[in-house]
Amino acid sequence: MKVALFVTCLVDQFYAEAGVAAVRLLRSLGCTVAFPPAQTCCGQPAYNAGYWSEARQMAEHTLGVFEDADYVVLPSGSCTTMLRAFYPELYRDNPKMFARVSSLSSRSYELAEFIVRVLGITRLGQGLAGQRIAYHHGCHALRELGIKDEPIALLRGAGAEIVDWPAATECCGFGGLFSVKLPEVSLGMADRKLSTLPEIDVLTSADGGCLLHLSGRIQKRGLPLPVKPLAAVLWEATQNRKEDPHAA
Amino acid sequence: MRLRANEYPKESARVIREEPHVRESVTGATLNFDAKRRAAYAEVDSEQWRHFAEAVKNHVLMNLEHYLEQAEAALERSGVRVHWAEDAEAAQRIVAALVREKGVKRAVKAKTMLSEELDINPLLESLGVKVLETDLGEYIIQLLEQPPSHIVGPAIHLNLEQIRRLFHERFGTPLDAAPDALAAAARKLLRQGFLEADLGISGANFVVAETGTLVLIENEGNIRLSTSTPRLHVALVGIEKLLPRFSDLSVFLSLTARAATGQRLGTYVSLIQGPRRPDETDGPEEVHVVFVDNGRSSVLADDEAWETLRCVRCAACLNACPVYRQTGGHAYGYVYSGPIGAVLSPGLVGLENTKPLPYASSLCGACFQACPVRIPIPKLLLTWRHRAVEEGLTPRFERTALKGYALAMTQPWAYRLASKALRLLPKKALDNTVVPVLKAWVEGRAGLQPSPRSFRELWEEGID
Repeated sequence: MKVALFVTCLVDQFYAEAGVAAVRLLRSLGCTVAFPPAQTCCGQPAYNAGYWSEARQMAEHTLGVFEDADYVVLPSGSCTTMLRAFYPELYRDNPKMFARVSSLSSRSYELAEFIVRVLGITRLGQGLAGQRIAYHHGCHALRELGIKDEPIALLRGAGAEIVDWPAATECCGFGGLFSVKLPEVSLGMADRKLSTLPEIDVLTSADGGCLLHLSGRIQKRGLPLPVKPLAAVLWEATQNRKEDPHAA
Repeated sequence: MRLRANEYPKESARVIREEPHVRESVTGATLNFDAKRRAAYAEVDSEQWRHFAEAVKNHVLMNLEHYLEQAEAALERSGVRVHWAEDAEAAQRIVAALVREKGVKRAVKAKTMLSEELDINPLLESLGVKVLETDLGEYIIQLLEQPPSHIVGPAIHLNLEQIRRLFHERFGTPLDAAPDALAAAARKLLRQGFLEADLGISGANFVVAETGTLVLIENEGNIRLSTSTPRLHVALVGIEKLLPRFSDLSVFLSLTARAATGQRLGTYVSLIQGPRRPDETDGPEEVHVVFVDNGRSSVLADDEAWETLRCVRCAACLNACPVYRQTGGHAYGYVYSGPIGAVLSPGLVGLENTKPLPYASSLCGACFQACPVRIPIPKLLLTWRHRAVEEGLTPRFERTALKGYALAMTQPWAYRLASKALRLLPKKALDNTVVPVLKAWVEGRAGLQPSPRSFRELWEEGID
């Protein structure tokens, strides 16, 4: 299967290793991965801040980069939501563009969602056996796209224990520019979310923005909480296959 | 109520810094309400109910003139006097005229957000009328001279200790009085108030156009007393509060109670069908309904914001909102706070007067999931932000920065350059507190740490 990786600007700049893990993971599952080099940012910061003509410029750029791809896979729930839900919203009054971005939407997937829904795989290996993992559901993937079970299925399938986290689906307080426009509120939300965490080995999420914000807060407060992007954890899941007693 | 919405960024930060007990009280109360709401939704086919409620409300709003006329005729058939108020001043004039004409000295009030919007309490006081709020939460904040901080639980920003201290000072109850004892002390005083009042003021959850029925949902019984004991009852009703048919109540009564407090039904539901009949022993001599516009018609004419008029004031969106939880309602600086306030207030009182409110959200979408009438709050927040940009209400540096950002992101060479520059910057530059955006970031978080090499560099070198 041919896949175009939209690595997203945050992963490109801040979680490059997660991008590498995504490539390795997809290849290990039989995909041919392309990285169209002209890709930049999906435009969500501009869209969320109300700058829709700027957001359209970026949407059109991204459309140009990925229009020919069979599948676009993103290691980010929020950026996937931008392509899937908000690009069509930006072209509500432009039928021609609406059709083009809708077509792109229908071919765009968040990484875990792609693995489960398109590739039909839920067992990557047993590389996470015994690990207690807290999964932070990014709000956009969860509530706009309904991606909830897919990442959990992959983590559990690899032997991880998904800890019972009362605030797992609660917003972490990142919200893009929200995090710097209303920093006190944003940090209060992070603290509230973190305060409900049980004992864990790893905190993970599909969203780079949430992770930057949460790990920044964790570091600042000196909390002993390891944070890893989902793509990196899923790659880890594929390791130690031999130890998988159920492996064929 | 004085409009202070433009102070939201400063005020929200101040509350978080200086009044940590507010966050504690509000978080506890809203998480509790929200959990109950979820459980109550799960008992029924809430998705289908929400779609039904949305459709009914949309139908009313699309045919509002018709239903207002029908409601007026039906109310008058039941002996209710109907008044029309275009704005707050007009509503105040109507209430003032009734107060003078009927010689009102004492008023009891059932909980109504619309009376906050119309500043009815200051009006009554200026006319020499003694006003008593009869909802326990409203009564507490009336003693403290505060506005409500939540649509359903007006005093949820206070903790038990604060209420104990207040009651101790005012009524001499012990400092360790149990909540029941506090309620009993208030009840004694309120009971006297009901008996002495000659005017009862209420809002209405719904007015059924078909039958002219005023519908009020509550848990304390104070609304029933306020609307039945005094000789005069005045109901202030927003023009959007209509339901077409009596049968619509079957869903709306239960859905509203489930959304607001997680109950299957309010403890008391009053269906008021006019004043006391000659053969009846209870009820007011006169019932007046004041239908209030106060900006609603212009919201209805707005091809996006009109959807906010479906709101039934259940506060489910406040309870679901992690942003509201941090500060409670006062920081929002207007009657309606939380997610619904952030999208309703700009329509009612102007975006220029409520500029920060559409940004008082991380766009997490929990509000929409909770809303019983499916108001697309996240989408409307974005609409107001977009309008702020279009109307030039956003800061100049932000406009410039976003233009530059869009330019860089549509030129791959510029993106590459920025990516290189990010890595060449001394680490200190990203930790610094000079650039406002970075300053806001690093004050509460560790500095940004770019990967040593970007993904695209790693890709170009080859990934094995």
